[in-house]
Amino acid sequence: MTETTYREAIRQALIDAMQTDPDIILLGEEVGLYGGAYGVTKGLIDMFGAERVIDAPISEPAIVGAAVGAAMTGLRPVAELMYVDFAGLVMDQLANQAAKSRYMFGGQIGVPMVLRTQGGTGRSAAAQHSQSLEAWVMHVPGLRLVMPGTVNDAYHLLRAALTQPDPVVFIEHKGLYTLKGDLDPAVPDAPWGVPLVRREGADLTILTYSRMLQESLAAAEALAARGVEAEVIDLRCLNPLDETAIFASVRRTGRALVVTEAAVTGSVASEIAARVGEACFDWLEEPVLRLGGEDIPIPVAPALERGSIPDAALIAETALWLVRREAPAWA
Amino acid sequence: MTEARSNIAPVLRYAAMRRIRSFEERVGELFLRGQSAGSMLHLSIGEEAVVGMTDAMAPGDTFTTHHRGHGVFLARGADPARMMAEIAGKESGYCRGKGGSMHIADRALGHLGANAIVGGGIPHVVGAGLTYRNRRSGQISVAFFGDGAMSQGILYESMNMAALWHLPVIFCCINNQYGMGTRVDRSAGKLGFGGRAEAFGLIAAHAEGQEVEAVHHAARDLVAAARDGRPGFLEIDAYRFYGHARMDKSPYRSPEEEAEGRARDPLTTARARLAAEGLADAADLDRIDAAAAVEMDAALEADVAAAPPGLPTMFQDVYAPGTPAPRPQADRLRAVLSEAPR
Repeated sequence: MTETTYREAIRQALIDAMQTDPDIILLGEEVGLYGGAYGVTKGLIDMFGAERVIDAPISEPAIVGAAVGAAMTGLRPVAELMYVDFAGLVMDQLANQAAKSRYMFGGQIGVPMVLRTQGGTGRSAAAQHSQSLEAWVMHVPGLRLVMPGTVNDAYHLLRAALTQPDPVVFIEHKGLYTLKGDLDPAVPDAPWGVPLVRREGADLTILTYSRMLQESLAAAEALAARGVEAEVIDLRCLNPLDETAIFASVRRTGRALVVTEAAVTGSVASEIAARVGEACFDWLEEPVLRLGGEDIPIPVAPALERGSIPDAALIAETALWLVRREAPAWA
Repeated sequence: MTEARSNIAPVLRYAAMRRIRSFEERVGELFLRGQSAGSMLHLSIGEEAVVGMTDAMAPGDTFTTHHRGHGVFLARGADPARMMAEIAGKESGYCRGKGGSMHIADRALGHLGANAIVGGGIPHVVGAGLTYRNRRSGQISVAFFGDGAMSQGILYESMNMAALWHLPVIFCCINNQYGMGTRVDRSAGKLGFGGRAEAFGLIAAHAEGQEVEAVHHAARDLVAAARDGRPGFLEIDAYRFYGHARMDKSPYRSPEEEAEGRARDPLTTARARLAAEGLADAADLDRIDAAAAVEMDAALEADVAAAPPGLPTMFQDVYAPGTPAPRPQADRLRAVLSEAPR
């Protein structure tokens, strides 16, 4: 067990996996000489050579398409999409090719690739470099989807993704790269596809993932000081997603607050809320609430950017509103 | 066969072209009988000279095709009965009735998939090229597509990568003059696509689509270069004899143009050439034609008799076996309504 960062944990996962599996290649813009736009792949080209760490031209569709072809023929490519905001460029190769090949071809041809990308706000990067587009991925049958929110998960979920027989979209959060935490390369927090109760509590269940996990845990501490105990569940994997722990928790607490950074309309939070609403209807004391990003493009002004997405204070205030009907000042 | 035959390969290429023609005619019949799965049938009649390209490939080489790829797959060794079954959406088809005409594939024969997104399969050969380069396997991968894909950006991204990384890859454009109803001179600012490929650093070649031997001659050189890490581009200048899909009666082109285009028939040309060169006489070629007709009639009948897939198979192969599968909607609804206390 060592303390490291989210960024280093991902880098270490790539190194350990590449040392174990000679078929793994990295393919993307600036993954080699530059070391990755956020430094995740720094030094890997020196360790593994230019045939395995491939600097690609700025051609996102063909980067993902080439990864599909390499995966079909025996390699295990890790394609990198520098920003998830560029997903619009690659949706055909992702949603029509990677996702559907196994099915369309009757199970003959799998596409064991990982698409590493990062998203989210926090750097005042404006509308085309700050989005949370996981709902686009979650909607597509055939794609696995992972969004780690801790250092240990960043390592282990990437290692697990690199053993999957199907395409995995692995979405990092740009605001988490400097997050510090313990990494135990031998022990994952929980199995692949299984949500984890990060904090126990009896009064409400907060369902979240990625950076909002950290905000939700901070909110839970603030709530505890007010006498409200929140159970915080980290979804970790959005596909596959074993809902057992989620439903058990909500049936116990009777209240559910789903927190995401994404614009809330049509979001993963909406999907989770719907599932909870169906499965826990008779156990719910209150309506299932969604707390997400405002339904706007991300503005560049830091105050507007911060104001458009939840933080620990907003999560805590919303939870108090739900549990005690104490309306916040902004309500 | 005649005694003058010294080189059987051109005769075999004629036979391969005849099998394609014969197959496609029966696929059309399947549609007319209401036995095909859906209306998305794109016939490659008139484009049979692609055999010149497929015949230059070796066992172990891979390829992707477009939505008009029946001929390419047959020429690479496909079983017409399993193809026909897939086109009709039968369990015995290549993809167990999940893919159909536009998504047929066979890993064993190196078919990495037909694609219904114009240009969608092109970058996959770049990835296959990376695999073969890194493994020094000696294989090549060939993307087959039509002139319509010449307007897709991903083609040029792929060409650039292939040249940049010296990949064992060939881009084969079967130019049948039409992207759906739009003739190529209404979609391209400049005709003669080889120049575009050369601009990216590929070796470009062009062959007339009624001359399978010319196609083959060009293809052999490109294949040899590709195996050596010098990727290429081949334009086969053909004519799409019939409409875009089976329902299309081609109102956007004149009967005169169609007559002229259909006169550029690779089968007619091959027959004349084989006879002139003494490689086969009319009787030999008629026997080849008859054998193809018998084979394809049998494939058609076997298909009509084949069973459709069972309903539960719809949930199979979304993900790999042994990993979490999609939950049937009925199961979810049952859980919701049976667990809720009344």
